[in-house]
Amino acid sequence: MKKYSVFSLIKNAFNGHKNWDVAWRDPEPKKEYDAVIIGGGGHGLATAYYLAKYYGIKNVAILEKGWIGGGNIGRNTTILRSNYMHDANNLFYDHGMQMWKDLSQELNYNVMYSPRGILNLAHSDAQINSYSRRGNSMRLNGIDASLIGREEVKKIIPFADFSENARFPIFGGLLQPIGGTARHDAVAWGYARAADNLGVDIIQHCEVNGFDIENGKVSGVQTSRGNIKTKKVGLCVAGSTSILAEKLNMTLPIEAHVLQACVSEPVKPMLDGVVTFGAGHFYCSQSDKGEMVMGGDLDGYNSYAQRGNLPTIQHVLTEGVALFPNLSRLKILRTWGGIMDMSMDGSPIIDKTHIDGIYLNCGWCYGGFKATPVSGLTFAHTMATNEPHDLSKPFKLNRFNTGHLLDEKGLGTKTWIS
Amino acid sequence: MKKVLEQKLGSADMLEIKCPYCGERSQNEFAYGGDATIKRPKLNTEVSDTEWDSFVYYRNNPRGKHLELWHHISGCRQWFKVHRNTATHEIIKTLEMHEELKD
Repeated sequence: MKKYSVFSLIKNAFNGHKNWDVAWRDPEPKKEYDAVIIGGGGHGLATAYYLAKYYGIKNVAILEKGWIGGGNIGRNTTILRSNYMHDANNLFYDHGMQMWKDLSQELNYNVMYSPRGILNLAHSDAQINSYSRRGNSMRLNGIDASLIGREEVKKIIPFADFSENARFPIFGGLLQPIGGTARHDAVAWGYARAADNLGVDIIQHCEVNGFDIENGKVSGVQTSRGNIKTKKVGLCVAGSTSILAEKLNMTLPIEAHVLQACVSEPVKPMLDGVVTFGAGHFYCSQSDKGEMVMGGDLDGYNSYAQRGNLPTIQHVLTEGVALFPNLSRLKILRTWGGIMDMSMDGSPIIDKTHIDGIYLNCGWCYGGFKATPVSGLTFAHTMATNEPHDLSKPFKLNRFNTGHLLDEKGLGTKTWIS
Repeated sequence: MKKVLEQKLGSADMLEIKCPYCGERSQNEFAYGGDATIKRPKLNTEVSDTEWDSFVYYRNNPRGKHLELWHHISGCRQWFKVHRNTATHEIIKTLEMHEELKD
């Protein structure tokens, strides 16, 4: 791999940028690999990268049904945060936040990491109390957070509705200064290029149709591009997890739901960090291009369609306009949807399974993007050593049987209202 | 073209759900209630942990035909079942709660 640097940029500028190397190869699948990762999204690519980098397993294939970065890694709202309440989630996601800091250097690819802060707004005394509890939990785990009042919020988002007429007046908010955004496509491409450089084969347009299981052990996968022998298979397929699990005769504590997001037409800089509305479910940031990037609730019924419909967009934007009245003048450029693997307690699953050599990485609900580095690292550890990483120990599949749930919101099993 | 897209990506149209009591209404009037095929283990019988866990947490989560509960919450407030395709959003049939799907 030729390193990207200011010198390589200048050098290539002289010949019209015609001589850049391809970022990753397009290899034919080999007959056998030491490990196969299903799913060429952020988590799959990161897992392969850390397997090769830290665990010495370089003969790895990533099998992707579509193309790299075409799934949820290309469909999220790019938010990075670790503002959780439970210790397990705090420690896990904050390790991820630390990894984001150096990720561009690590991958030699600008992921446009931008820690501009995430502000969760509170609209009642009760919500202030609840955020204060969450903020304290974060600080006890060493994560910076501050509870700020209405006047301080005004300084950050002066254009929010602070009038007498606000339906949900702003009482204050919980600010995580290190929260922010990163460029989602760059994360996928950066991991793909770095993994490829370490010898990982990225095989696109290769769908897994079945598994070869003998005596409770995996021996290979059947794909649309032929059979591939391997002793380790990692599933990083987000919304499609249950479909592959069915081929393994496994039922999982997961439901697939469509989540939509949208962007407005681009405008001049108005919003610095990420802001979430506390009286409903609406989150908003501004992209580098100037578009307001917005999202909210799931559409609210089981779905594998990678698109939702307008009632949810209307609902989400109604909340947006209640918070930022000036949004009402903007046109929406695009809406799109992705399939979330909603777990029954809202927390992820990173674990081995009862089948020797089959590993699960799923249940990300709608928080998968920020976890990309730490998910890859801990899942690679699980796949390489057959033991959970210290950080991902609480995310075992059998917590649904032992009762050690990690239900951040206390919503129970109604995944569609979370 | 629209049909091809819908088969590939699923419909982006608003759902129109036929409440068995009120007829066809827009999705805004309804609330979702989840998988209708889950059966609570019988009362007053010995229930194994596995049985209970699979009732509470584990879902078939099919891509394709899915029998589910809906609540006409802004209408007649009745619960009923909807047989719907999760890949295309097509609604195949709606049933009253006591009705079973005959396929």
